[in-house]
Amino acid sequence: MNSISDVSELSAQLADLGTRLNAEATAAESLAALDEVRVRYLGKSGQITALLKQLGRLPPEARPKAGQTINQAKTEAQQQLEQQRHRLEAAALEARLSGERVDVTLPGCGQRPGGLHPVTRTMNRIGQLFASAGFETAEGPEVEDDYHNFEALNIPAEHPARAMHDTFYFPDGRLLRTHTSPVQIRVMENRQPPLRIIAPGRVYRCDSDLTHTPMFHQVEGFLVDEQATFADLKGVLYEFLRHFFEQSDLSLRFRPSYFPFTEPSAEVDVQCVKCGGTGCRICKHSGWLEILGCGMIHPEVFRHVGIDTERFQGYAFGMGVERLAMLRYGVDDLRLFFDNDLRFLAQFA
Amino acid sequence: MQLSEAWLREWVDPPIDTQTLTDQLSMAGLEVDAVAPVAPDFSGVFIGQVLSIDPHPNAAKLRLCQVETGTGEPLQIICGAANVAAQQRVPVAVIGARLPGDFKIKKAKLRGVESHGMICSAAELGLAEASEGILVLPEDAPLGHDFRTWMQLDDHSIDLDLTPDRGDCLSLAGVAREVGVLNRLPLSGPNFHPIAPESEERWPLSVTATAACPQYLCRLVRDLDPNARTPMWMQERLRRCGLRAISPVVDVTNYVLLELGQPLHAFDAERLQGPIQVRFAHEGEPLTLLNEEQIKLHPDALVIADDSGAIALAGIMGGASTAVTEHTRHILFESAFFAPLAIAGRARRYGLHTDASHRFERGVDPELQARAIERATALLLAITGGTPGPLVTARAEAEQPQRPPILLRLERIPRLLGITLEAAEVEDILTRLGLTLTNTDDGWRVQVPGHRFDLRREADLIAELGRIYGYDRIPPSRAQSSTHMSVPREADFDLDQARAQLIARGYFEAITYSFISPSLHALIEPEAQALALSNPISTELSSMRSSLWPGLLQTAQQNLARQQTRVRLFETGLRFRIQPGGELEQEPMLAALAIGDLFPEQWGHSAQPVDFYHLKSDLEALLTLTGRRQEISLTPATHPALHPGQCARIERAGTELGWIGMLHPSLAKQLDLPAASYLFELRLHQLADGRIPAFSPLSKFPSIRRDLALLVASDTPYAAIEASACAAAGDWLRDLLVFDVYAGENIGSERKSIALGLILQAKSQTLTDQDVEDAVARVLARLEQDLGAKLRS
Ligand SMILES: [Zn+2]
Repeated sequence: MNSISDVSELSAQLADLGTRLNAEATAAESLAALDEVRVRYLGKSGQITALLKQLGRLPPEARPKAGQTINQAKTEAQQQLEQQRHRLEAAALEARLSGERVDVTLPGCGQRPGGLHPVTRTMNRIGQLFASAGFETAEGPEVEDDYHNFEALNIPAEHPARAMHDTFYFPDGRLLRTHTSPVQIRVMENRQPPLRIIAPGRVYRCDSDLTHTPMFHQVEGFLVDEQATFADLKGVLYEFLRHFFEQSDLSLRFRPSYFPFTEPSAEVDVQCVKCGGTGCRICKHSGWLEILGCGMIHPEVFRHVGIDTERFQGYAFGMGVERLAMLRYGVDDLRLFFDNDLRFLAQFA
Repeated sequence: MQLSEAWLREWVDPPIDTQTLTDQLSMAGLEVDAVAPVAPDFSGVFIGQVLSIDPHPNAAKLRLCQVETGTGEPLQIICGAANVAAQQRVPVAVIGARLPGDFKIKKAKLRGVESHGMICSAAELGLAEASEGILVLPEDAPLGHDFRTWMQLDDHSIDLDLTPDRGDCLSLAGVAREVGVLNRLPLSGPNFHPIAPESEERWPLSVTATAACPQYLCRLVRDLDPNARTPMWMQERLRRCGLRAISPVVDVTNYVLLELGQPLHAFDAERLQGPIQVRFAHEGEPLTLLNEEQIKLHPDALVIADDSGAIALAGIMGGASTAVTEHTRHILFESAFFAPLAIAGRARRYGLHTDASHRFERGVDPELQARAIERATALLLAITGGTPGPLVTARAEAEQPQRPPILLRLERIPRLLGITLEAAEVEDILTRLGLTLTNTDDGWRVQVPGHRFDLRREADLIAELGRIYGYDRIPPSRAQSSTHMSVPREADFDLDQARAQLIARGYFEAITYSFISPSLHALIEPEAQALALSNPISTELSSMRSSLWPGLLQTAQQNLARQQTRVRLFETGLRFRIQPGGELEQEPMLAALAIGDLFPEQWGHSAQPVDFYHLKSDLEALLTLTGRRQEISLTPATHPALHPGQCARIERAGTELGWIGMLHPSLAKQLDLPAASYLFELRLHQLADGRIPAFSPLSKFPSIRRDLALLVASDTPYAAIEASACAAAGDWLRDLLVFDVYAGENIGSERKSIALGLILQAKSQTLTDQDVEDAVARVLARLEQDLGAKLRS
């Protein structure tokens, strides 16, 4: 280090030191190396610090100017070092993060969800739609007595309609309910109108082949009030089926039919949801799908539960859940619902 | 009910095509199940006459026929049928004809001789499944006419699926009546003339069961020609309605059944012994039916009897002893009205279902019997000749079906249907249906005709109005929306939430049959008495389940057999248990099953087999939904289906809520399931009454954690440690964690180490070190006192 004798010489030296510091700082590849540079220039015995110590050798009148010059150089040096420190830190962070890169395309870890059975899924949807129309859910026993399953529904013993219900019996004369309609009776026995009920559940028929399983599901619905007409029944079923199939222009057909517990009675066909009515295998080329049965609650049914037919009227409807699920999800074999094959169930997850 | 469209159109012929007609029937409640052509397509078949027959020079079985087809130039046709004979009228497929199966008739040489066409059999024309020999036509078949046109083969068989209330439509006449009503057309059925008796012979008749048989008619017809054959037109009509021709007597009764809906019966008069009696059977009375089946009768069976005993099951089936045969020369026709209630269900009791029982159960027009027997006599005489006797009638006037008039109020129509009908329209529709109306103050008094057994009430009449007016013309109405809200209590156990929890934890919902095999029941629930079906589909499906586990285990078995290695299933539904008092309990349950690894196979976790505690965590997720998690405990217990050391009863205040555990290893072996199969089952009604959350203020002061590693006897249940620790720590204990459980050599086999984390926090102050030290000391002292627990050094 040369001693300085005047300000201009000082300035020249400082400029030289600044250039060297700049080069060394830029060349520093780590924070430690950068710190060494700092010590070399700005440390206690650093070169710029040394110049400051020589200040006393200058004539007093030159000292303020020289001090200012040195301090300015010192500030610049600190800025240089700081900038380089930032650069080095950013580079270090970048290097660390790039080492932490994950493969975002690998599958996630942990539990994977199961799923609801498609029949439950369908029943829930039916339940939600009717709940939004003010219907509440009721349940009933599956082992039923003859009275609730048949007699009170105006199906006396030896009625031809009984032949259509292949009934499972128990030795004591009880039976497995053949439809969800007995829930109608049980609710009306215990409650007074107005009533808006749906009753989903398992039902049983002694029949097993390609298109029949000995157990299946129905949803029964009924309404009893002072005002309830066949036109209202049509209205509620239009609303329901159009929402269920999510087709706002879905056509329906109400055909006169017969159920012992309703009068008048109707079968409801929907325009085939597969072919739109042009005819296909699903609708047996008719363009229509038989979807549910309905009607106005029969006076004999009201008589059995002690509801005054002059004051109250009601309608009822019933539908097969598996049939709706098959149409909705395109399932082509009824028996799959009760095989519970996980590969099948996983499709509804 | 199957019928021929052409036959129907003979009665009533609306100017609409087949499709429109069948749509009309369906929309009127007579559901058309199928419409099928009565014959396949063919062309170029004419009515010919065999002029002469010569042997074929080169073939013993073939013959050379000269056949006139109306052109004046006879054709030489080679025919192999044995029944071909000169002078016969026959269907001839000429050169260029197209037969069913796209079979083209060309000029051919058979054994060196030319053949210019083919004489057809019924089978070759698609009119029979099989036939022996050629089809011989009646002598009056018009020579040279197109066979298809002459036979009216461009006809359809219409199959109607009739509901049980519409017994009145189980005949041509009945369906024609409906078509007439719908199209406002009159009917033009055949004319009926009473047959003038040609003998005075009256068969003696005694009806004692007059309520069951209010009207019984019979007539003797003697000297039938046993060689007579049913004419082709009648055979063909029967065929188009789904019946096979058998013999003139049987065919005539079937024909009248189809035409008018009145079941008739014919007895072989020579085999009858004494007067005809209509009575109820004696207990155990034997009867051999037409189908050779021998039955023992119940006393509620109505029978036709003679001096030999029962000879027919009235309205259901005749007996073998008096059946007509090919040799029968004298018959007794029966035409009766049996009350529907006297017939209903009886056929089924004997495993029978006949055209007759089908109609009598639903109701046959009580005014039809005389017409039907006259019609049958006329048809039979035209075929077989014979000497008709007088009609013998037993009619109990007081027992005739009563049809009290029905009152119909005009204002009830819109109340039920939601549309307003003018009085004139009501009168028009009901009158067209054959009902008779007289005016009352607010409507009508309506008289119903005999054939409409289904019309008994005002509602029935309004339904008829809706049906004929057209259900589709009734506009759907937007019913007033409900103001009544029905929402479950918030505290109620929410099954949908429970399902969602299980699904999030990897379970799939299964739905299995409610009936299981008794052997599976005995394995899983040997102590519960099973409710058995009287008429199961099979033994495998004959016991009502008393637990949901058998269904889940079976489903797991099947899925493992399909190469699944990890099974998570749950099901909800009723279980059926006979209570000690004999009462049946039908209880809603939720059950779950876990087999295989904790997680599906994946790259981030090494495989870990599911264990009791994983299943317990799933169970706890459900129990938490009740809001009463703290009140529910698991108590070690034994269950016949579960591993004795990995089994617990789930309880709340002494009430059993369910069971959880590992499938008993010996059961797992028998069921061919992995040893590590875990199950739980919950009684949903017992969970139903939950609790809604109750807020407690959050503490503003810091919490402090202290960890303790304790040594206790290896059979000390954690629940005991928890109870003692909680009691000793008091209100400051905010949480208690178990973060390690260790058993191993370094601590000896009689002990285990449990590491607890105590999290302490006060509501109104910051705990000092001294506070915490005091609390920990209290806990340790209490644990030592209660359980002999020591700090692990
Ligand atoms: Zn279709």
